[in-house]
Amino acid sequence: MLDKLEADFRQAAPRDAFCSLRFVDERHEMLRVRMDVPEPATAWRDVGAMVTVLRGGGMGYAATSDLTPAGLRKAVERAGQWASIAAGRSVVDLERVVWPSPVDEYEGPQGTPWESLPLEGKFDLLRAECARLKTDGRIVDWSAVLWRTSTETLYLTTEGARVRQRFCYLVPHLAATANEGGDTQTRSFGGHGYCRQGGLELLDELGFRQAAPRIAEEALELLAAPNCPGGKMDVLLAPDQMVLQVHESIGHPLELDRILGDERNYAGTSFVTLDMLGTYRYGSELLNITYDPTRPGEFATFAYDDDGLKAEKAYIIRGGILQRALGGLLSQGRTGLPGVANSRACSWNRPPIDRMANLNLEVGDRSLDGMIAGIEHGIYMKTNCSWSIDDSRNKFQFGCEWARLIEDGELKGVVKKPNYRGISATFWRSLKDVGGPETVELLGTPNCGKGEPNQGVRVGHACPACVFADVDVFGGE
Amino acid sequence: MQEAFYGLADEVLAGTRGEEVLLLSFSGEESDFVRFNRSRIRQAGSVCQRELAMELILGRRHVRSVCTLSGDAGIDGRRCQAVLGELRERLPHVPEDPHLLYATEPRSGQTLGTDRLPDAADAVDAALAAGEGRDLVGLLARGGVFAGFANSLGQRNWFSSYPFNLGWSFYHAADKAVKTAYAGFEWSDEQFARKVDAAAEQLEVLSRPARTIEPGEYRVYLAPDALREVMDILSWGGFGLKAHRTKSTSLLKMIEQGATLAPAVTVSENTAEGMSANFTAAGFLKPDRVMLIDAGRLTGCLVSPRSAKEYGVECNAEAEHPVSLDIAAGDLATGDVLGKLDTGVYVNQLWYLNYSDVPACRITGMTRFATFWVEGGRIAAPLNVMRFDETVYRALGEHLLHLTAERDFIPADETYGGRSTRSARLPGALIDRFRFTL
Repeated sequence: MLDKLEADFRQAAPRDAFCSLRFVDERHEMLRVRMDVPEPATAWRDVGAMVTVLRGGGMGYAATSDLTPAGLRKAVERAGQWASIAAGRSVVDLERVVWPSPVDEYEGPQGTPWESLPLEGKFDLLRAECARLKTDGRIVDWSAVLWRTSTETLYLTTEGARVRQRFCYLVPHLAATANEGGDTQTRSFGGHGYCRQGGLELLDELGFRQAAPRIAEEALELLAAPNCPGGKMDVLLAPDQMVLQVHESIGHPLELDRILGDERNYAGTSFVTLDMLGTYRYGSELLNITYDPTRPGEFATFAYDDDGLKAEKAYIIRGGILQRALGGLLSQGRTGLPGVANSRACSWNRPPIDRMANLNLEVGDRSLDGMIAGIEHGIYMKTNCSWSIDDSRNKFQFGCEWARLIEDGELKGVVKKPNYRGISATFWRSLKDVGGPETVELLGTPNCGKGEPNQGVRVGHACPACVFADVDVFGGE
Repeated sequence: MQEAFYGLADEVLAGTRGEEVLLLSFSGEESDFVRFNRSRIRQAGSVCQRELAMELILGRRHVRSVCTLSGDAGIDGRRCQAVLGELRERLPHVPEDPHLLYATEPRSGQTLGTDRLPDAADAVDAALAAGEGRDLVGLLARGGVFAGFANSLGQRNWFSSYPFNLGWSFYHAADKAVKTAYAGFEWSDEQFARKVDAAAEQLEVLSRPARTIEPGEYRVYLAPDALREVMDILSWGGFGLKAHRTKSTSLLKMIEQGATLAPAVTVSENTAEGMSANFTAAGFLKPDRVMLIDAGRLTGCLVSPRSAKEYGVECNAEAEHPVSLDIAAGDLATGDVLGKLDTGVYVNQLWYLNYSDVPACRITGMTRFATFWVEGGRIAAPLNVMRFDETVYRALGEHLLHLTAERDFIPADETYGGRSTRSARLPGALIDRFRFTL
């Protein structure tokens, strides 16, 4: 199929302009058992391509699910029309962009094939794990989910680029909701953070088959727990909350197209300005952030981004100092600044824009016990359940599912509805401890939303546990 | 697209065997998207997408698959036959579903829109002209949106609509901007000009020095678009039967403790006056209106086919969140809002809302875009962004002063996966004490 598509594209492509084709064939399967009742097994396959034409200083695209020769010709023509409409009126100076022409193939980890376990076996697994969540009459909702995706992409240009990539993803999930009177508490398997590339072997790596009893027990524990107290205190954040902290208050503000103003009508702007790059103290000296789409198995690993840039690891923040922004080919052309390979689209029906991919907080050297021992008055929070930040990516508020107080270096009682708020520009400077390798978890999110028109992409975040000083913590009503 | 879908449906459904039941749900669009930044074009393009969901049912087993369609009858026919074969292979291997429910009484119908869309290039020219001398950021989305249903029991439904939505912000500097939208089915230069002029007026106010307020409780006016953000988060688990029965709804206090909102608050799912199709993927037709909150009291919820079967009630929705939300008008003339607000905060839009305490229905979020400090009934200054953390029971309950008599019809501008046909018809809300925290 790909050979024919390539041949048809070469036929349809204009002779007088740069033209690219980005083909995506994505298959999903989602299996869910909720309250011990299997829901309908759903599979879906999404296939299409986006053609982009550059002509006369303008750029236009046309995305289509019609991959016949006629369909591709029509898309080329439409993209060319948009390029003409945009010519002379584009905010991007396309003359400054040099389009790479890689020729390569890449396959991400496939692991134990999804197909190696028959459908009945998958439902048996989910039913078993679901049943293990219902440990008490106060557990009123409980579910087990497996969501699997396989993706094949092909990127072609009239200048000879040809990149074929294949990926497999798995997102397992468990959740238990407990209720007593007017209080309902939910505990889950890492929020929706356990997202990886690979196959069924991930279930063992992630401890999927061991998690249900703990999740149920903690949901019930939360019912009996007191409300999280308020006050300024040290906060130890588990990796499944660090994910959101990094994502919202480092990843998004550093997307270069946001800094350039593209997102101001929707996802917002940034408190970061171009003159901060290279000099701005973003966080304490313990803060080291890397952009790494090469890390095996992480959710957003790839070999080339959607504009053909080769994936490479780069420091974004080193020793607390901001090094570079997350900008792909066009943003690098617009600013003349170095960036990363992060031009990504969610699928064939949206154009690529600057997206964080794998954004990781590099490890320190502290053990979890050591970090706890170092806290005189504080709290240990796990698993994000609420996230909110202003449009400049500064004033944030997060909530977690579960927390334990820490006093004089020891873990104390469980508390519910733990929340904290802060300001990005100062919060990261209060980073006082970074966990060692044994505290790291490879997590991510399948639905990072941005862009007009909107698109949700996969991102990965490898984070250790971390301690922040003097954070404004509070509970529920 | 209708003819193509019905033709494909006839072909595929003719292949059902014995006691099989086959449900087909189509969705498609032919859209243009032009993205603007700094009053110039950032990205411009078109998207043509079609997909078909096929659900095969035999007894109490069912399996579902969604596939992209090309628009070529031969290719799509072969593709769907292949999918049907895959569904037949999977069906014996799935467990029976006690919550399976689908329409067995055919109720066919159609809602046909008329394409009166502005020419794409003309709309682009108009947007760029409005941005001349200003900093315009936004998105023009236009084109046909389609939905269809067919089943092996003889039912056929079709929906087509041709909306446009130009949503944009005029930026003064940094985070100070006026956001507005011009949406509809037929372009009017006069209407567009009025929108541009109104936005330009507010933009002038944003050029004044901005005020910062201390955290605390303030009198607040939430304009309809701001109230929409509150209702959107409330719709996330608030109004569904499953959420009610599993106690995970944010309106739990209304169920468990008889808590109420202000008597002025009446909320319904108003399909008859919305922008979306009235048929579901299970073949049911939605009622014209489902009352959710009546004079402050919880009176109903949205019930999917699955929940209807599980709990033995009537089905009245597809998914259990509103897509055509309606809040009844109040008694405060929009022209009197500033006078009644007197001294406080005028909020045009809110941003990034989320629950900070679900059982208490406490929501946090930010002010955004044109938010103003008002003194003595007059807009005094733009306000720097503030975070709020407040319960709906207070904001739309004990502290609600008035809803406005005039309401805005707000088509959704979401485009995740495809252009949304959601809408909301909402008043503004004048609130006595509203808690800002940062």
